Amino acid sequence: MFSLERWQEVFETISKNKLRTFLTGVSVASGIFILVVLLGVSEGFQNGVEKQFQNDAENIINIYPGSTSIAFKGFNKDRRIQLTNEDYALVNKETDQEIEFTSPLYQIFAGLVSYGNESGSYRVEGILPDYQFLEKADIIEGRFININDVKAKEKYAVIGNRAKKDLFKDESPIGKYIEVSGLNFKIIGVFTDPGGDREETRVYVPISTAQIVFGAGTDIRSMGYTLPKEENYDLALKQSNAFAAQVEQMLKSKLQIDPKDESALFISNNIENTKEIYLLINAMKIFFWGVGIATLLAGIIGVSNIMLIIVKERTKEIGIRKALGAEPLSIVGMILHESIFVTSVSGLFGLIFGLALLEIVGPYIELDFIRNPSVNFSIAVSTLILLIAAGAIAGFFPAWRGARIKPIDALRDE
Amino acid sequence: MIEIKDLHKSYKMGKNSLHVLKGINFNVEEGELVAIMGSSGSGKSTLLNILGMLDEADQGSYTLDGVPIKNLNEKLAAQYRNKFLGFIFQSFNLINYKSAIDNVALPLFYQGMKRAERMEKSMAYLEKVGLADWATHKPNELSGGQKQRVAIARALASNPKVLLADELTGALDSKTSYEIMDLIQKINDEGRTVLIVTHEKDIAQMTKRIVNLKDGVIIDDRKITQVRAMQDV
Repeated sequence: MFSLERWQEVFETISKNKLRTFLTGVSVASGIFILVVLLGVSEGFQNGVEKQFQNDAENIINIYPGSTSIAFKGFNKDRRIQLTNEDYALVNKETDQEIEFTSPLYQIFAGLVSYGNESGSYRVEGILPDYQFLEKADIIEGRFININDVKAKEKYAVIGNRAKKDLFKDESPIGKYIEVSGLNFKIIGVFTDPGGDREETRVYVPISTAQIVFGAGTDIRSMGYTLPKEENYDLALKQSNAFAAQVEQMLKSKLQIDPKDESALFISNNIENTKEIYLLINAMKIFFWGVGIATLLAGIIGVSNIMLIIVKERTKEIGIRKALGAEPLSIVGMILHESIFVTSVSGLFGLIFGLALLEIVGPYIELDFIRNPSVNFSIAVSTLILLIAAGAIAGFFPAWRGARIKPIDALRDE
Repeated sequence: MIEIKDLHKSYKMGKNSLHVLKGINFNVEEGELVAIMGSSGSGKSTLLNILGMLDEADQGSYTLDGVPIKNLNEKLAAQYRNKFLGFIFQSFNLINYKSAIDNVALPLFYQGMKRAERMEKSMAYLEKVGLADWATHKPNELSGGQKQRVAIARALASNPKVLLADELTGALDSKTSYEIMDLIQKINDEGRTVLIVTHEKDIAQMTKRIVNLKDGVIIDDRKITQVRAMQDV
């Protein structure tokens, strides 16, 4: 079937019908090119929307205490509940759920922070390294607090970009010392936060340091958790509700709180507020799949059309070949061989151009709703294979019909 | 070489059936040059198509070089066409994107001959029809007479038993027609069997036998004294 003689014949036909080859190639290549770019833009759109809607991790669960409203086990009501390192360790140890990121938090809301002549009142938060991911903070200079800083109780601080601008103007703050509550902290990093200025006025320090500096002992103000991401909203909701219920039960029993007491312990489950985002992203996925499939369909129909026209145009040639002794199978083989060859080569070109465009231009695209458009390579390749197969199948039927044309009909002068 | 007995063929035209051939009996010996004449609608082209295995008879027998031609599938018909027959058409039917020599080589391609051998053989046949210098030209760079010469070279290339020509001079002026007929006569002189369908009397006179067809039956079949084409030029 794929003898050298046949390749010679196919190459001759292709090279002597340059316009036809070119037009077929261009339509296949542009089809693939458009599809790849579209897939990339859809990916970028998803990235952009996720970024836009998420100030903090969308599935964050925060646990913070209040005061009891029901007397329980000999304790009066209106007792203030205080969480400690011990409670935090208990939750981490006892929970059944897999935890993605977690950090306790001890903060003072109006810490006086000064550098040289500049000073301001900022929120100072003692945290663990995971807090960066709970807050979705991006480091733009230096580094975030790491676990060694926490262990060594270093007086290091990571400040928000707004605080940096207030205190340091255009100077680089890395390695400089700021004064927090009368103590010097060395700045090791600057962060931005999608939450904007409000969240960029914060100063993060290791929690161990904060507890000492602010005289908190082992107290913490709250703890935050995220669970690994789930594809589907309902499952994510179920998981996080189960986690919240377990933590509530665990802490209430340890802290001697009446299980029915609703003001002693608050668990804010952010995922309940993000249902819309999940739904939006889902709707967008469906939309882009729809557009992608429609584009692919248009490509397949285009290729089929071209095949049909090519065979129609070659009816007479097929008649001549048959009169000279071509067997029907050799006619089918010739047409398919040619069409698969042309669609593969031009499809590959379209794929390469599309991927190259996304690779080169993609990273520079940072519009509000489109970020870093890119495409899954294996999806692109399977699309190409699908299109070639479709071209072959679409080419087969006209080729088969062409091969069955009686030479006498094909050669009739009209 | 060719034996035909009681051949019938009818075409369905909607509800009506058109009986085109109504019992043809007809033999051709090896080395004959036969003209099949008749007005349009007489069935001469249908007869030629059946002889050429491009069409099938409804009834009757057809034997070509001792091989019964019956119930052929497409594959076998293609092989027989390649082996036994060379076609020459009124409208030349060259493949217009292929050069003269590639056109001539096409039947050899379908015989599975290697390229180098194919080209050598095709060149020899182009020389025979006097077009060796035009081997690399495309059909649209050739005159009508030259195209028909290429077509004749192509028909000869597979060394067939019989040449079948359908109004081969129909698209040519009379001078060119005579040149082509001269070529045909020379090919026949070498012993090849040739059948020509024509409605032109002067062309028919250049053969050795005229078969007259009317309304699907042979009304006249006689040998004639051949007129050499080149005497008229």
